[in-house]
Amino acid sequence: MVEFWVNVFLVSLLVIITFNIMRNKRLIAIVALSGAYSLTAAAIFVNMDAVDVAFTEAAVGSGISTILFLAALRYLPVEEAHETRYPIWSLALCVIVGVLLIIAAFALPEFGDPNAPAHVHVAPRYIAESYPLFHIPNVVTNVLASYRGFDTLGETVVVFTAGIGVILLLSGSTLSMRLKDADTKSEENSDNASGDIVKNSGDDT
Amino acid sequence: MRDNPVFKIVSKILFGPIIIYGLYVQFHGDYGPGGGFQAGVIVAAAFILYAMIFGLEEGRKLMPDWVVRLVMALGVVVYGGTGVASMMLGANYLDYTPFAYKIYKAQHLGIIIVELGVGLTVFAVMLALFNAFAGFKPNK
Repeated sequence: MVEFWVNVFLVSLLVIITFNIMRNKRLIAIVALSGAYSLTAAAIFVNMDAVDVAFTEAAVGSGISTILFLAALRYLPVEEAHETRYPIWSLALCVIVGVLLIIAAFALPEFGDPNAPAHVHVAPRYIAESYPLFHIPNVVTNVLASYRGFDTLGETVVVFTAGIGVILLLSGSTLSMRLKDADTKSEENSDNASGDIVKNSGDDT
Repeated sequence: MRDNPVFKIVSKILFGPIIIYGLYVQFHGDYGPGGGFQAGVIVAAAFILYAMIFGLEEGRKLMPDWVVRLVMALGVVVYGGTGVASMMLGANYLDYTPFAYKIYKAQHLGIIIVELGVGLTVFAVMLALFNAFAGFKPNK
């Protein structure tokens, strides 16, 4: 019962944060609110006993992503561009998709239902067999690294590929960037790149 | 703002404990919540904090770009290499059974090595992303 009301509180918090993100024009506030959104989502996951997911959401969603957004904000204006026209078709599309999602949500199995499809396939085997076989209490780690080792290898390669892509695009590794860099090497090269993040966030408050 | 001694001293004090906590999350993932993904992010956060307080160039001195790129690939090699190692020992790809005599010891070993690979890659990619975004020089 307590869990239910905690969930009600957290989900309403999510809704409030979402409306604030929509209303707010200042990008730095939007980034901060997105971090708060992730942290609230992490709290919901803790409440649902999905601690591993919550941990990842807190570390990646509200930690690193916020920092990366702040780093990217240096190249953007302070405020969102003002939208003068209200595109009616976008609104209609949003409403239709939203209604469809809500209708679909009614077909989902109830939270914690033991007969939900996800709980009757391989999960009982993992839970029953993994501790006697592996002597590792955290079944999430067993599934992630042993039963589903191929999936995790794929995820690692995806993360690696994303890193390579960003390095190629942004770190001056493309030919045109290298040529430009060779031209302007003599000029100012070590400016206070990341320090601006701290400065920006300080000035805006 | 960046010359504020409070930031410098606090970040110096926090740097070690953050990394220790990251290692705890990395190697305690079998027993509690955590694992390679979270640990990689936490350890990267320590280096990002350092770079934010002391400047990107100082951060790059601490963890040079070539090291970051090497570690990024090393993680995938460690993970994929574990699979190749089990094939060499006569089992299927990523089957940890031949690593030790007892099956649970083999699984422990395999999971720890594989999680280390994940942690290395995630750590290096997060740091590389931060360096790339914060050090980006737009074309004028």
